[in-house]
Amino acid sequence: MQLESMYREIILDHYRRPHHKGLRDPYDAEVHHINPTCGDEVTLRVTLKDAGGEPAVADVSYDALGCSISQASVSVMADMIIGKTVSEAMDISGAFLELMQSRGAGEPDEDVLGDAVAFEGVSKYPARIKCALLGWMAWKDATAQALPGHGADERPDGSSKPHDGTPAANFSREQT
Amino acid sequence: MSDVSAARQAAAAVEETFAARLSAADNPASLDVAAIRADFPILGRAVRGGNPLIYLDSGATAQKPRQVLDAERDFYTMHNSAAHRGAHLLGEEATDAYEGARVRVATFIGADPDEIVFTKSATEALNLVAYAMSNAATAGPQAARFGVGPGDEILVTEMEHHANLVPWQQLCQRTGATLRWFGVTSDGRLDLSNADELITDATRLVAVTHQSNVTGTVPPVGQIAELAHARGALVVADGAQSVPHQSVNVTGLGPDFLAFSAHKMLGPSGIGVLWGRRHLLEAMPPFITGGSMIEMVRMEGSTFLPPPERFEAGVPAAAQAVGLAAACDYLDGLGMASVAAHEESLTAHALEVVGDIGGVRILGPLTTDHRGGAISFTVEGIHPHDVGQVLDELGIAVRTGHHCAWPLHRALGAQSSTRATFYVYNTHDEVDALADGVRQAQKFFTAE
Repeated sequence: MQLESMYREIILDHYRRPHHKGLRDPYDAEVHHINPTCGDEVTLRVTLKDAGGEPAVADVSYDALGCSISQASVSVMADMIIGKTVSEAMDISGAFLELMQSRGAGEPDEDVLGDAVAFEGVSKYPARIKCALLGWMAWKDATAQALPGHGADERPDGSSKPHDGTPAANFSREQT
Repeated sequence: MSDVSAARQAAAAVEETFAARLSAADNPASLDVAAIRADFPILGRAVRGGNPLIYLDSGATAQKPRQVLDAERDFYTMHNSAAHRGAHLLGEEATDAYEGARVRVATFIGADPDEIVFTKSATEALNLVAYAMSNAATAGPQAARFGVGPGDEILVTEMEHHANLVPWQQLCQRTGATLRWFGVTSDGRLDLSNADELITDATRLVAVTHQSNVTGTVPPVGQIAELAHARGALVVADGAQSVPHQSVNVTGLGPDFLAFSAHKMLGPSGIGVLWGRRHLLEAMPPFITGGSMIEMVRMEGSTFLPPPERFEAGVPAAAQAVGLAAACDYLDGLGMASVAAHEESLTAHALEVVGDIGGVRILGPLTTDHRGGAISFTVEGIHPHDVGQVLDELGIAVRTGHHCAWPLHRALGAQSSTRATFYVYNTHDEVDALADGVRQAQKFFTAE
């Protein structure tokens, strides 16, 4: 069945037994992201550390409510990037975004993406792409806020965030 | 304007149809669903994995029968012109078609043609009333009764589709009025227990759904209108899910305004209707302005036509109006009482076979008493997105999420849901397939 091409066993595993789940202290930044069309949501915290002069991901902790794709994606992401430098994690994030936008034609590099290649099938179901990206967008937002020198009032793209604290203020405006 | 009286003569013939509908209400004939399905080419499609399409998303948009498609296409093919303009034959034909459609739609809901305003959609119709109220502040003394400001209250409900909620929030933000709302009971009915506190002399308008797009609930709009009118408040009803699915007659219904969309009632997208009492429309300032709705224009200022033209700026959507009129013909041909009876039967069946599945919770009333054909449900341990994906794989089209009714979901304690909606072309077998699909989703996601 076609479904199995998207819902690979590894995705279902992460959905049933998510890794690194739970909100932990201490943390450097916390964000709350929502997908308004379906109500998937994630609260995500990032803790950074210094790794030989450049920032690295010490911990990603989260609480999430949503579909199997969004939940599994956050779990796999946490596995992939905890311990890596922010720069390396951003590379993985970029590769994942590319895979999501590939419409089934992507040739994912397992060396870069690791288990995240399992989400390849999602690119054939456009309605689910935002699900797979939700956690990644939240992580990028939180990291941008956590990095020294980045104003808490700015989004990663440099635009200003409104201060009213509504969920929409944190919704990722990244184009998919 | 062209010969509206000729169009009104056609109305007399249509009045007969309406009379026939009334008598059919007592003894609705069963729908011949097989014959109906033959009118919808899209229902013959194969979708995912070669499965036949099982379309259970009419609440989002309905499919169109050949008769509606042909009517719209015929207009474009042979009669296309800009209505209300042009000193030529085609202009007359387009005008007759547009005004004839107005009469037809009026008859469909028991209204007078002058009370039918064509809009883009139900959403735009609701915005039209909301903006008329804020525009009233600067529209002169005749619009005074629509004025709203600090100290005034706008009353909505937690059951509303965002189209009948957000415009009222925005109206309050623009004018300084206060938004208040009816709550929802745990079984998905409107909580009217504190109606006396909510409807006061400060209430200027009550906005309420005539049929919920999530729970199918049909609130007692007549009763609410009585309470509102006693306090001098206007009543707006969102008929987007009621007009397509039940027999609606605005005479004696209660509300002062009713909004609905063509595309949810077998008609084309891009056209909707605001019905409003004549004396109210006459006093209302316009929302969207421009050509067609003006009486006289100078650089220093302009005056506006009487309703309904006052609210129809721009070249009329004549082709779409013709499509909507054809949809009214199609539905009246079936008989709205029969349509409602068919859906009640499907809904009752769905409440049973879907409701009986372990781990499934249906949102809203669990009987068909004052409850139409929207079944929104949660499946324990499985997110609606995933339920919808499995159903999609089986060829079953449903909607997942909060269906533009986020506060209602919160009130019912659901983060989101899967929604199946029924219409004239759906069958009991399709309801069984839905239940079977839900069980398959459970198997797929809980296998260890």
